[in-house]
Amino acid sequence: MSDNIVEINNLSFGYPGRMLHKGINMSFPRGKVVAIMGGSGSGKTTLLRLIGGQLKPTKGKVVVDGAVVHEQDRQGLYQLRRKMGMLFQQGALFTDLTVFENVAFPMREHTDLPESMIRDLVLLKLNAVGLRGARDLKPTQLSGGMARRVALARAVALDPDIIMYDEPFAGLDPISMGVICNLIRTLNDALGATSIVVTHDVHESFQLVDYVYFVSEGVVVAEGTPDELRKSTMPFVHQFVLGEVDGPVPFHYAAPDYKQDMLRGNNV
Amino acid sequence: MFNQLAEVLRSLGHRIIDRVWRLGAGARFFIYTLIYSGESFKRIHLTIREIYFTGVLSLIIVLVSAFFVGMVLALQGYNTLQKYGSSEAIGVLVALSLVRELGPVVTALLFAGRAGTAITAEIGLMKATEQLSAMEMMAVSPIARVVAPRFWAGVISMPLLAALFSMVGILGGYLVAVPLIGVDEGAFWSQMQASVDFREDIVNGVIKSTVFGVACTMIALFEGFDAPPTAEGVSRATTRTVVNSSLAVLGLDFVLTSFMISA
Repeated sequence: MSDNIVEINNLSFGYPGRMLHKGINMSFPRGKVVAIMGGSGSGKTTLLRLIGGQLKPTKGKVVVDGAVVHEQDRQGLYQLRRKMGMLFQQGALFTDLTVFENVAFPMREHTDLPESMIRDLVLLKLNAVGLRGARDLKPTQLSGGMARRVALARAVALDPDIIMYDEPFAGLDPISMGVICNLIRTLNDALGATSIVVTHDVHESFQLVDYVYFVSEGVVVAEGTPDELRKSTMPFVHQFVLGEVDGPVPFHYAAPDYKQDMLRGNNV
Repeated sequence: MFNQLAEVLRSLGHRIIDRVWRLGAGARFFIYTLIYSGESFKRIHLTIREIYFTGVLSLIIVLVSAFFVGMVLALQGYNTLQKYGSSEAIGVLVALSLVRELGPVVTALLFAGRAGTAITAEIGLMKATEQLSAMEMMAVSPIARVVAPRFWAGVISMPLLAALFSMVGILGGYLVAVPLIGVDEGAFWSQMQASVDFREDIVNGVIKSTVFGVACTMIALFEGFDAPPTAEGVSRATTRTVVNSSLAVLGLDFVLTSFMISA
């Protein structure tokens, strides 16, 4: 058994003329919480989809627990996914089911447990995220932070080995953010899982994670522990950590010369 | 000049290829739905739930429409038939029009508007809010869990709705013809009984509405599944569901009728 539960080797993904990833290497050691950081549109979420096998890499490979993801047939892929839990950015709760049924969903689909045991397990998971009392609500009745906690309870319903978080802090108030931050750590350690957190939130995630990969322009530009990165003198890391407007990542999207553009008149 | 012509040809080719591609994608989707149906039959309660949503909740619009269609048929039919002195044949006219044509066709059109749009919008929004993606990541096939139960619910509901449509339509026709206009009640029912054939009329009607059920539900499901995950995408998909289902129903009706009459 390798020490790394997920390994990304020389991974490229994209379309001819617009490659999103250009040879990415990452490894995720068992038991750790690892962040993938980068600006909006740098393909972080796509990386999660590649790990989950929802997309096939153009080149390179993703290895999950010894198995190459894109070489699996449907059966194998579903087998791998049972080891994964994923928290989607908007929660992606099933709107036609209650909170209880949402958390019970993976258990009912994948196990033959009796209903009484499912009830106990669901309440256990809901209690862990502090929402045992909200079990009969519909997802539309929940606030953003609560919805994400329910989604988290659902993601860990089958005690996965790998938990993936897609922007877990986006759009949350500071209290909910702190709650989620705590949960990521405690769930990871309690389940003995490995967490992959895709985020652009430097402040919260630096307190939380063990290791960080910075992605920009399709490659890993920097990596290290939060402490190492705080001290980094690399211009990109410096700009990102401090949130400066201009730097290696330009403020402007690629455009022709401003003056020429304005003088051209209506000839778009 | 040459450039403009090339541009026209190119866009024409693009549209044709796009249509053919969608047709192929739709066919593949249909086959997948059939393959995954076995998995969804194991959880029959999902299909039953969908029969409630697509079938039972469509009852009101279908039955009310049927009642009025039947009444209008009787009025129009009587108006013409009495010129030839055969107003007793009104029962036959109402029953045959409903069982052979109007029952299956109008039910399918109403179904496309009432249930088809709901299916498309629901699946489109499930896709837009990543619910289908989440299901995939939980190693549950959305086709088995979401698509197949809705498909079979539609296929089962449609002939039942069409049968109820015909029944209520005949009732509406009866109320206009007999108590209102004063056609002889015995002639109304006995001529109907003598002229409506079980195999030729009723079974053919059921075959038609089953085919319409497959077409309407499949179009609604595919449009929802294929919709771009945006507000605009879902709204366009919903419109396409109504337009494509209606055209498919009318086109298929012609094909089926020509086979049934020549047979």
